[in-house]
Amino acid sequence: MQIRLTGLTVTALGASALVAGPAAAQALDLTVTIPRLSVAEYHRPYVAVWLEKEGVAPRTIQVWYDVNKAGGEGTKWLRDVRQWWRASGRAMAFPADGVTGATRAPGAAKVRLVGGRGGMPTLSPGNYTLVVEAAREVGGRELLRLPFAWNGSSATASGKGATELGAVSLTLKR
Amino acid sequence: MNLRTPLIAISAVAALAAPAALAHRMWMIASSTTVSGTDNWVTVDAAVSNDLFFFDHQPIRVVPTVTQPDGTAGTVENHAVGKFRATFDVHLTQQGTYRIGAVSQNVFGSYKLNGESKMIPRGTTADKLASVIPAGATDVQTSESLSRNEIYVTQGAPTTTVFKPAGKGIELVPVTHPNDLVVGEAATFQFLLDGKPAPDLFVTVIPGGIRYRDNLKQQDLKTGADGKVSINWPDPGLYWLNVTPNRPREEGQGGPGMGAPGAGSPQGGRPAGPPQRRVSYVTTLEVLAP
Repeated sequence: MQIRLTGLTVTALGASALVAGPAAAQALDLTVTIPRLSVAEYHRPYVAVWLEKEGVAPRTIQVWYDVNKAGGEGTKWLRDVRQWWRASGRAMAFPADGVTGATRAPGAAKVRLVGGRGGMPTLSPGNYTLVVEAAREVGGRELLRLPFAWNGSSATASGKGATELGAVSLTLKR
Repeated sequence: MNLRTPLIAISAVAALAAPAALAHRMWMIASSTTVSGTDNWVTVDAAVSNDLFFFDHQPIRVVPTVTQPDGTAGTVENHAVGKFRATFDVHLTQQGTYRIGAVSQNVFGSYKLNGESKMIPRGTTADKLASVIPAGATDVQTSESLSRNEIYVTQGAPTTTVFKPAGKGIELVPVTHPNDLVVGEAATFQFLLDGKPAPDLFVTVIPGGIRYRDNLKQQDLKTGADGKVSINWPDPGLYWLNVTPNRPREEGQGGPGMGAPGAGSPQGGRPAGPPQRRVSYVTTLEVLAP
C-alpha cells in the first residue's frame, strides 16, 4: 500500500514522525456506533477512520465499504466520503490490507487496532485527531473529530454524532 | 454608435464580431469531476446559453478531444448533438486527471471587391485565409479568434500532465488543482497567454443555478503580474470561469466590447492592417462542501 499526499509518503512518516520505536505494542480500541435509522431505503454507510497530526500526512486506519461488490464497483462511492477522500483516500489502492473491510450494520462496531499492524502506525507522543466520517447511499454524511494527546501510556477521547454517526470513542493504551 | 440589437449590429460589426457564441456563455459540465475506483464513465453536456447551466439556446457542435492522465488522446464516445445541447461520454480507465475540451480557431472578416463588400466565409482558418480573398480585394479586415473551452475530471488522485501548456491562446496552469476545490479554501490559478504568464486578464466567475436567483453573484477579477488569480468560493456547486484579455461586455450590449486591443470603430474605411486577435478561455469548476 502506498499512501501519498502532497509529496510526502506516509510509509516514510511511519518510519519517523509517527513511530516511537520498538516499544511494547500499542492497542487502539475504537467504537463507532452506527445509528439505526427509520428510512424507506436504507444502505449501510461507508465509513472512513483516519489519524491526523500536524505536519504529517493523514493516515487512514479503517475504511468500511462495499468490498465484495463484483468488479470492485464498491469503490465507486468512496469519493462520497469526501473529506477523507481528499485527505487520504484518493491516494490509496483498494482493497487495502488491514484497513478496508465490509460495511457495518447499525449498532456499536468495535475494532481493536494494534500499532505496527495493518494500517495502524505505532504512534510517537504528541497531539492527534482521530477523524470518523460516514456517508450513506441516498442518505447524508457526517464527520466527527476526536482530538487526543498521546503521552505514550494512555489516551481516551469520545464524541457523538447527530445524524449518520452515534457515539464514537477511542482508548489508546500501551 | 449604439448597437442595441444583434440584427442591427450584424451588418456593421460582423467584420469584427465574434461568432454568436460569444454573445452567450459557452460551457461543458461533467456528470462527476471527482471519481473513485479504476473504471468509470462520465457523461458531459456541452451547450451555449445565457443561464448557467441550463440548456436553452444552442449545442456545442464540435466534437471535443480528450487528453488522458498519461498525455495520450482518449476517446469521445456516444457524441450526440441535440437541439439545445450536445452530450458525450468519456471512459476513465487511468488514474489521474483528464482534460476534455476543444480549441476553436477561426478567422472572421470582410473585404471589398469592385466596390462591393464581401464577408470571409464562416469557418475559415488562418492558413486558408489567402485562398478565400480574391486578387484585387481592398479594405481587407480580419479578426482571428482562439477560444479554449475545457473541463477537467479526476479519477483517483489529481495529476498535472494535462496542464502542460501548448503555448497558444489562454491556458490554465494549476496552483490549486481545479479538481481539488473546496468552500472555505481560496483557489489560485495561473493563466498563460501564448505560453507566458499573462497579467491583467479579466477573470469572470459565476456560480451555476442562475435561473433560481435574482443576483448574478458574478465575481470580476484580474490576474496579477504573475498571471495568477485567487478565487473564493462562497458556496459549493458548479462555477463558470471565463478569461479574456479585455473587459467582458456588459449584459445585453451588442457592441464589439470584446474586440482586441486597438480595435477601432468597424465603420468607415479602416485601412487593411494586421489581423485583430481575440482569445478566450472558459471552464466549469466543481466546488465541494468541506
